[in-house]
Amino acid sequence: MIGSLPSAHVFSLKARVFTTLAALALLFLCVGLAPNCRVHAQVDRSGERLTYASPVEMLFSPEGKRLYVLCQGSDQVRVLDTGTFQEIKAIHVGHIPRGFSFSPDVARLYVANTWDDTISVIDTASLEVVATWPVGAEPTNVVEDHAGKYLFVTNRISNDVAVLNAQTGEEVKRLAAGRGASYITPSPDGSRLYVTHVYPNPAAQRGIPESEITVIDTWRAMVTERIPLHGIAHGFHIAFSADGKLGVAATLHPKNLIPLAHLEHGGAFADTLQLFGVDIGPAPIEVPLDELERYAARPFAIAIAPDKSRLYVTDGGSENVTVIDIPKLLHFVRTHKPPFSTDLAASANYVITRITVGNDPRGVAFTPDSAKLLVANRLSDTLSVIDTHTNRVAATISLDGPKALSVLRHGEQTFYTARYSFQGQIGCANCHIDSTFDGLTWDLEPDGFGRDIVDNRPIEDLKGTEPYKWNGGNPNLPTECGPRTEKYFWRSENYDDLTLTDLVTYVRSLPSRPNRWRSADGDLTPSQERGRALFERAQDKFGNPIPQANRCSYCHNGPKGTSQKSFDVGTRKLTDNSGLLDTPQLTNIALSAPYLHDGSATTLEQIWTIFNPEDKHGRTNDLTKDELNDLIQYLRTR
Amino acid sequence: MKKTNSAILVAVFLLAGSMLPTAPRAGAKAKPPAVGNTKGVRAPSATPQMPRFKFENFTTANGLPDNHVYSVLVDGDRIWVGTDNGLGLYDNGKWKTFTPKDGLAHRAVLSLALDKRTGDVWAGTMGGLSRVSGGRIDTYTQLNSGLSNDVVYGVSIEGENVWVATAAGACRLNLATSEWSLYNERNTPMNEIWVYGVSAAADKVYYAVWGSGLLEYNQRTKVWDKYDDPDGETEMVLFKDQGLIHEITTSVSYLDNVVWAATYFGDSRYDGRYWHNFLTKDSGLPSNFTNVVKGVDANRAWFGTDKGLAYFDGTNWAVYRPSLSTGKPEMTVRDAQGKITDVPVTSAPSHHYILNIDFQGSDIWVATAHGLSHGVLQH
Repeated sequence: MIGSLPSAHVFSLKARVFTTLAALALLFLCVGLAPNCRVHAQVDRSGERLTYASPVEMLFSPEGKRLYVLCQGSDQVRVLDTGTFQEIKAIHVGHIPRGFSFSPDVARLYVANTWDDTISVIDTASLEVVATWPVGAEPTNVVEDHAGKYLFVTNRISNDVAVLNAQTGEEVKRLAAGRGASYITPSPDGSRLYVTHVYPNPAAQRGIPESEITVIDTWRAMVTERIPLHGIAHGFHIAFSADGKLGVAATLHPKNLIPLAHLEHGGAFADTLQLFGVDIGPAPIEVPLDELERYAARPFAIAIAPDKSRLYVTDGGSENVTVIDIPKLLHFVRTHKPPFSTDLAASANYVITRITVGNDPRGVAFTPDSAKLLVANRLSDTLSVIDTHTNRVAATISLDGPKALSVLRHGEQTFYTARYSFQGQIGCANCHIDSTFDGLTWDLEPDGFGRDIVDNRPIEDLKGTEPYKWNGGNPNLPTECGPRTEKYFWRSENYDDLTLTDLVTYVRSLPSRPNRWRSADGDLTPSQERGRALFERAQDKFGNPIPQANRCSYCHNGPKGTSQKSFDVGTRKLTDNSGLLDTPQLTNIALSAPYLHDGSATTLEQIWTIFNPEDKHGRTNDLTKDELNDLIQYLRTR
Repeated sequence: MKKTNSAILVAVFLLAGSMLPTAPRAGAKAKPPAVGNTKGVRAPSATPQMPRFKFENFTTANGLPDNHVYSVLVDGDRIWVGTDNGLGLYDNGKWKTFTPKDGLAHRAVLSLALDKRTGDVWAGTMGGLSRVSGGRIDTYTQLNSGLSNDVVYGVSIEGENVWVATAAGACRLNLATSEWSLYNERNTPMNEIWVYGVSAAADKVYYAVWGSGLLEYNQRTKVWDKYDDPDGETEMVLFKDQGLIHEITTSVSYLDNVVWAATYFGDSRYDGRYWHNFLTKDSGLPSNFTNVVKGVDANRAWFGTDKGLAYFDGTNWAVYRPSLSTGKPEMTVRDAQGKITDVPVTSAPSHHYILNIDFQGSDIWVATAHGLSHGVLQH
């Protein structure tokens, strides 16, 4: 099972063109017939439907005989024999699992299924799913407390932590977390849980991004503290030293308040760690991972050696693992005055090496003796085995699955890698977190510095929503993802035609996430029904006809909620070059705050309570507050 | 009651602290919170044995954010106070103040509620509704959310629901779905939409509505009902104990299947079948002008009036206040026969204009127009 990464260059050019076109045709047929088909059931260049494992997290059984691998792409937990890395069993769980953990007695394995909104409970003796418990919206990770009383589940969409009865799965309560609550880590003594978030907390327009580490008292099951992460938009895994004195979180620090002009002039992100705990002091300290020409794009998971000598970070976009000398790191932060999060010279003080692994490395796990560190390469379907003495990849374990690289798979690899940008700084996934959005506004260069501040729009179910960009300037995805991205974002090499085609195919294939406000049978609640009537109305409350272009349903028409035309809805700012704006689609609109082209509306309500004084963005000023609430309830179902 | 009269009374409510004279302040040093129950702790014999307290008073002189204290909330060992100039937190003998700079919706905090499951504190302000959770403040306004109005007079938590009383109707935020439901004259029997107080429980939710009596929402049937003054909108009491004493309802407290309702013209108790009205002329209430009522159980309640703090134990009454004439601490007890006895005391609430009440074991915390008072039960 020890093998190498599949090659992306096994086809002749002609064969690639033909098979790509064939695959595209099949893909669009698939999308047309079954819009909810799973994104990870991919079409090979030969037309065969392929399902990749896409490993994201790993756990060793305490005695070290089994390795549990959470496979997001195949909706499985694969159980491997650690002696041979042969598969003992593949356990099917819910759709798109993203996190898992053992119960304290290791009798159970809990799996968070993001698109099913469920927790799968696996009996580790029988390796069977013995229960499936409903939770909140997009559960992403799960942890049971040491007492076995509560199960804590991070809900990415509902921005909370569900507290379940660990024995019955019954929801006891929900704790308010930050936006995009995703990763949850217990302190070594189990008394606290630490939650990070993949989206920034709501903030004023063009405010500095703010995120937090939500700290939960596990005994009381209450939030006791929120460690502020200033300037941070996206947080990922946390790890603690065995003595509990050092906590480390992987974070993304966007530079979205300055023009995104030249990667060579400072970059768009700082890839950083947040250090906190007794070793650090009362406030967290942010340290950079990046170094000139050696960026650590999209840090994700962290492992700290039991002897507290080394710290390992997976860098998804850079496809490597950064190794840090912890004593040197602590010495650095104790002898230098922050901030130094964007100092490209800093990491040389504590980074030992950067180890190349597979595509989009995610979760990490030490072998029980800590001699090896395993890395889950999500988009390679492999596990890299790093020798922690030599800091070299000793072996690569290939998971069972397709060896061929499908169009979609290659497109997804292209989406998540940073290799195409100048010095490998960023990739598409930097701003489209897990293929979604980032909750930020950006100042992009093509429109002029300080001009046309734009909100980052989601990219779900894009087919039929072109043109792209808020000014509608890009007629199709090849233009959006190709020349525009290459010229203004990457500042580096162009994609070759086939890579661009694969990337576009991948982006175009992204389905919409399940809508959490729409009932399973499609029926609308009375409030949503009233809202739909308002959305479609042709007369205002005084009986006056509403001009066609001033009805919600005129511009936001069709299944995606866009006429694909541009209108001036009265939201132009002094810094905008034009008031004409592309009509955004309404797909899962409830999730993608902030709103309007420049992100000036932090909530859906503000679109009409603040930014529609002259009824240019639909006739709404005749509505009562209850009616506006109804309209918003309907919009949330889109 | 015409709306102009109502507006005058509201102005009295909000500006009382600045208009009323300053009461003498007793010792301000805080003590650790006591625990227990007022049952069995009695005043000297010959009069009904009513609880006696040593009142420790807080003003700006010893850390209170502002002397105008609209609301008080006991959160274990911590005390939250809503003042005219910020949300105060008294913890471990120290005061911390939250203001709009910290994200609070408005400096004037009119109402407070604790979500006992999560520990989150909800603050109704003159400029929206704020949630304080783990030190972070999230604010909901009529512009950024479905909240019906920014003037939030009352808030109450029940399960996943936050029930809100505003100057333009009632509303409910479901925390699980983020859905706001608005209740007003269009979908309830509410004649006026000036909603002053709310008390929510798993079975029923009660709203005190200014000029529109008491509104009841049955959580099981999802049906609204309304309780009015059988005398109509008058200050006359033609039908005593036949219903709510007056339409100008200011506060409601629902527990043990009993509703306690306060108005500016007397108070009421309703057990689901029978009403009982309380007026100064035939009870121990120091004033019919009642800002707040808070039930202890089905038979006992505390009343905050413009002329002092009153306790009703089901039979007898006790009033605690600084003397209206001399400012000296006084406590009076009224027995079932109407006999009133003065009980010598050395401390009293910091002002006679009482705006809010909460319990900490056997202790009581009192928000007044001039300071916060901690009544420590005397054994």
